[in-house]
Amino acid sequence: MVTELEIWKYLEEVFDPEVPVLTVVDLGVVRAVKINGNSCHVVITPTYSGCPAMKRMEEDIIDKLTEKGVENITVELVLSPAWTTDWLTEKGRIKLREYGIAPPENEADKSTLFADPVIVPCPQCSSKNTRLVSQFGSTACKAHYQCNDCLEPFDYFKCLR
Amino acid sequence: MNSLFEYLLRLGDDSLILGHRLSEWCGHGPILEEDIAMTNISLDFIGQTTTILELAGQVEGKGRTNDDLAFLRFDKEYRNLLLVEQPNTDFGFTMMRQFLFDAYRKPLFEALMKSNNKQLAAIAEKSLKETKYHLRHSSEWVIRLGDGTEESHSRIQESLDTLWRYTGELFFSNEVDAELTESGVLPDMSGIEAEWKQTVDEVFAMATLTIPESPWKFEGGRIGKHSEHLGYILTELQYMQRAYPNMEW
Ligand SMILES: [Zn+2]
Repeated sequence: MVTELEIWKYLEEVFDPEVPVLTVVDLGVVRAVKINGNSCHVVITPTYSGCPAMKRMEEDIIDKLTEKGVENITVELVLSPAWTTDWLTEKGRIKLREYGIAPPENEADKSTLFADPVIVPCPQCSSKNTRLVSQFGSTACKAHYQCNDCLEPFDYFKCLR
Repeated sequence: MNSLFEYLLRLGDDSLILGHRLSEWCGHGPILEEDIAMTNISLDFIGQTTTILELAGQVEGKGRTNDDLAFLRFDKEYRNLLLVEQPNTDFGFTMMRQFLFDAYRKPLFEALMKSNNKQLAAIAEKSLKETKYHLRHSSEWVIRLGDGTEESHSRIQESLDTLWRYTGELFFSNEVDAELTESGVLPDMSGIEAEWKQTVDEVFAMATLTIPESPWKFEGGRIGKHSEHLGYILTELQYMQRAYPNMEW
């Protein structure tokens, strides 16, 4: 008989296909795990509406749990409450930085048109002297920055609230 | 007529057609960053379409999937705004079209979060976060081009002159809206137009752009009367499903 805790442990072996250092748990997309008799129900929420990785994560979750011998797995996608970068775990933030992606900073509410530009420290040299190259980076969840000191270009996992 | 189905088609078709228009920029952006930005935004719109048209299919109750609705309707069955089907023309024109739309979508989704239909409210909550990013991006470009060089200014002013006549339709409302308001699916939407106008005025002031004086406005998209451009979009969008019915990949 598998427990919820074990399922959570197994899910820590399922990685985001686009940011492979993060697990689906680090990313905060797994919202709930429910065990009911001999069936297992996993609730996930998408990061961005059009994120092509969601379908893949759903399949990877089923594959991983099946591999661990779990049966009758269902994965449900829910939209509300909507995912925000605040759900990224502390462990996830550290992994991102080590991987060379700047984790989300606390940004002002985007409802104001031109909030003060956020300071994103360089994940390579920690300099705060960096600049935004483009609000849109290699994937929907990232913006493109460059460090003015070490000149290294880097991805910023942008804040979504 | 199923009012909720109609309303969901409006939301879904706006996302689908504008998403398709933006995707036409793939590989043609003026700079790499903008190529990526437009395709990313396009992806957000197609993602919204997926959930909105899925819900529309459920609400209709005739077993149609989101793919059926996207790929197998005729032009007169589409409910998108005339604004979103207008051809890309140049980059400034695309950004102006995007800005006029984003500035409307933001207060619209904010209002729809209060819908008594839980699924619609959830879609609005999810899409609003992306819309804020889109609005920021498009307004920055409108300002940069408007308050830029003589040429960029005159070209984006021309885009505004052309597109302005399609903005009246943003606030189109008929018996569909009346019925949904009655049943509480649509919350109070009265503030949307004023908020849109305020955003537009603020950005145009910074961009040194002038709203054209002509009061003439086109409408028709919401009741299936489209410009010729929609037909060309659908030809491309629907080609595979029409040529090879039920094909999958
Ligand atoms: Zn650096």
